[in-house]
Amino acid sequence: MTEDPVIRLRGATKRFRSSSGGVHTAVHDLTMTVGRGEFVAVVGPTGCGKSTTLSLVSGLEPPSEGEAVVNGRPVTGIPDGVGYMFQADAILPWRTVLDNVATGPRYRGASKREARERARDWVRRVGLAGFEDYYPHQLSGGMRKRVAMAQTLVNEPSILLMDEPFSALDVQTRALMQDELLRLWSGTGAAVVFVTHDLEEAICLADRVLVMTASPATVKASFTVPLARPRDVERIRLSTEFLDVYREIWESLREEVEKTRERGGKRVA
Amino acid sequence: MSREGLDVQEAVTDAPAATTTAAPARAPLPDTAAVQRQASAARRRRRAGMWALRLLLVVVWLGSWEAAATWWIDPFFYSKPSAIWHRLVEWFDIGTQFGSVWEQILITLEEAVLGFVIGAAAGVVLGVLLGRSRYLADVLAPFIKAANAVPRIVLASLFIIWFGFGLASKVATVVVLVFFAVFFNAFTGAREVDRNLLDNARILGASRLQVLGTIVLPSATSWILSSLHTAFGFALIGAVVGEYAGASKGLGLLISNAQGTFDSAGIYAGMIIITVVALVAEWLLTMLENRLLRWRPSASRSSAEVV
Repeated sequence: MTEDPVIRLRGATKRFRSSSGGVHTAVHDLTMTVGRGEFVAVVGPTGCGKSTTLSLVSGLEPPSEGEAVVNGRPVTGIPDGVGYMFQADAILPWRTVLDNVATGPRYRGASKREARERARDWVRRVGLAGFEDYYPHQLSGGMRKRVAMAQTLVNEPSILLMDEPFSALDVQTRALMQDELLRLWSGTGAAVVFVTHDLEEAICLADRVLVMTASPATVKASFTVPLARPRDVERIRLSTEFLDVYREIWESLREEVEKTRERGGKRVA
Repeated sequence: MSREGLDVQEAVTDAPAATTTAAPARAPLPDTAAVQRQASAARRRRRAGMWALRLLLVVVWLGSWEAAATWWIDPFFYSKPSAIWHRLVEWFDIGTQFGSVWEQILITLEEAVLGFVIGAAAGVVLGVLLGRSRYLADVLAPFIKAANAVPRIVLASLFIIWFGFGLASKVATVVVLVFFAVFFNAFTGAREVDRNLLDNARILGASRLQVLGTIVLPSATSWILSSLHTAFGFALIGAVVGEYAGASKGLGLLISNAQGTFDSAGIYAGMIIITVVALVAEWLLTMLENRLLRWRPSASRSSAEVV
């Protein structure tokens, strides 16, 4: 998988000017690669700069130092074939489900009819058939996530970036959406970078789990998840392999979480 | 249609295969149709009571005014409801001394609507432009603040000198009043656009122009629409003040003429006509708002009536 990776970050550093006038380093000297069709989960303590990593890959933010390469080309602007699911709701409240999903194709020059046709297909695939003419405020949180998923996938991205997309959902809905994601992803051949602070979620979904250090973020370790696909998220959690992997990764993650906690404690004290 | 019902789809998929324990007998649910009938009857009674009370208020108010003006105070200065009514009837029956009252209304409306459209369009365009360009906004901020602080009503006199007694001077007065009311809302609306929506649109492949048309403008719409209500009030004020400052036709002229002849009933009559026009315009704007903001959860629908 190392030859011809679809995503390569080399020595990427991202600094922001903080509101107090100082400089905040979100990501420091980060190097990682993601192969074609690989599902990589990125875990790390809260607020360590995981999301910033995604914005470097998506081209929403340019790196301060180092380079981001997607599909063999350095990232300037939004690269072709990138899809991004945000943590917060990002679907348009003034458009119906169908028109929301048709947004991407419309932006990319499809005719209204063609865009709607493709959208209708995806609305059905994410299990929202019959809700085409509903507005987002009429849907539950899980259903809005489905709309966001369809909206992203209708563009048929070869790289799918996901920033804690299910963190706002209740536990049962989240498990359901994880299964749904695996079902929709299988066979697309898309590479996925899935950011989460939930280690369980990371292991359930990914081929490989990257552990980030406490802020500023950089890759601490990479673990391969030896669980067979297709996976049933609810069932896999109870298997011994799952628990072994969990224990191994948690050992590594725990130090970083504790570091973050100590810092937080100092700030409070 | 109840929206709570929609969640069922997700909840149902993973339901346990069978409930083994028999549920204990529960009290039967009340007959919903009967409850609903009761609720709507109560609602009707409440509405009827409300209207009766409103009518009573108007009767007491006008009656005491009429009585006071007949026995205690001088109706020459304060006029009285019957005199105002006679003046209105006279205007609509015979006409004013400047011609038909309908003509005066139309002239004022023409000025107000024309100025409103120009001012609102300019306000939206400039507001959205500056709202999206931080640099331009920072450069122009002091000028806009200064322009907003100018007592714009006074400009009406200046416009009479510049553009004469006709339509143009009134429209200009209306434009400067309407522009700022709309501008500040459009500016805030365009600036407050959700970052997530912007990022999402960029990722989905939107060009700058598409972002403006499909994200920024719709986001700012509720801000802009709410400003239009006040702006149309300003438009009427601008037209009337413009006419007041100098005109050959219009409601403002009627009022200014009534003042010149100590005809207090005429002033009230003019006020009433303008009020009615403003209420009709307000109603039309509300219709437009409801149509454009169909996607929003309406307060009345989401706070399902509790019985």
